Amino acid sequence: MRVLVTALGDSMNASVDERFGRAEYFIIYDTGTKNFEAIKNPFLNDQGGVGVSAAKFTVEKGVDAVISGSYGPNALEILRASSIKLYNAQNRTVQENIDKLLEGKLERF
Amino acid sequence: MKIAVTSGKGGTGKTTIATMLAYACDNPQYIDCDAEEPNGYLFLKPKIERVEPFNVLVPKINEDICTFCGKCADACVYKALVVMGEPLKKTMFFDELCHSCGACAYVCPVEGALVEVPDEIGKIKIGKAQYIDFVMGELNIGEASATQLIASLKKNYINESKTVILDSPPGTSCTVVETIEGVDYVLLVTEPTSFGLSDLKLSVELVRDMGLKFGIVVNKYEEDNTLIDDYAKEEGIEILFRLPFSKEFAESYSKSELPFEKFKDDFKDLLKKIEERV
Repeated sequence: MRVLVTALGDSMNASVDERFGRAEYFIIYDTGTKNFEAIKNPFLNDQGGVGVSAAKFTVEKGVDAVISGSYGPNALEILRASSIKLYNAQNRTVQENIDKLLEGKLERF
Repeated sequence: MKIAVTSGKGGTGKTTIATMLAYACDNPQYIDCDAEEPNGYLFLKPKIERVEPFNVLVPKINEDICTFCGKCADACVYKALVVMGEPLKKTMFFDELCHSCGACAYVCPVEGALVEVPDEIGKIKIGKAQYIDFVMGELNIGEASATQLIASLKKNYINESKTVILDSPPGTSCTVVETIEGVDYVLLVTEPTSFGLSDLKLSVELVRDMGLKFGIVVNKYEEDNTLIDDYAKEEGIEILFRLPFSKEFAESYSKSELPFEKFKDDFKDLLKKIEERV
């Protein structure tokens, strides 16, 4: 399973970024290989439509789940149209949220 | 002649100044361009003779024949379209991001897959308040942007034979740029507070950038407060008029009444000053 987590930094120890569209980083973690890729949000400085862009990006990355603090209405519409599962982040690091998810303790959005 | 009345900060008195100026003109047309929250009608109390719907064009997608090629989404700089190919096969449209530019329909290679259809986003009301020709734009509740509505007010409703007073939205964003673009003179209304001054500076930056002639009107003026005067002097900007603060004025305003007659001569002087500077 590949999980996209919105993060304030580029490591697994970074805190989760509460914002989806305007998150600092997107961390994509592969639960099979336990590898991750940190991508600086390419839409961060866009004037508008960041929710749409970030959601499209997420769908195109082909992830199975997303962990973030909040999802804007446009982003939500796109993510819901896909089969990606959405989760509410707890106020912890990326790694801790992944652990919670794997333990089945993370709440679905 | 076209005069725009605008301000950086909201609530400084744009509508007060714009309506009182219109009242002092011989042959005025007042256009309320603050379509998100038009309030000039409260004071001018016009008799509305005509209400016209204002439509913009938005894309309508026929997913039965759409090939989900994504060309429309690539063409949309405002990101109002998202296309998801196999296996989702969806083309989604976000109307509040759309600027009705038509690029999506232009690039769509499949006839009928994406067509532009009219969507009503507001209304334009036309009438008369005594001798004042009255026009106001009113954005429908829930709509995101009044810019196109304002563009239509300016393109289709201005009567060039009149002294046109454009009551602008506040701030320095697209709606204000649209309102003040191409006018002969801009009045920047401000109040002698820190917020008033701070936002006035933004407005000054905007009108200078646009190369427009402009001057300041200080509303709620108090003699012992030289905040705006000091700034204007430093920047070499003229203060054309100072409307003194008074409790009676505020009281009558709260009843949607303005002392039009009492200040008519002051506003005639203001108009004369503007005419001399155009």
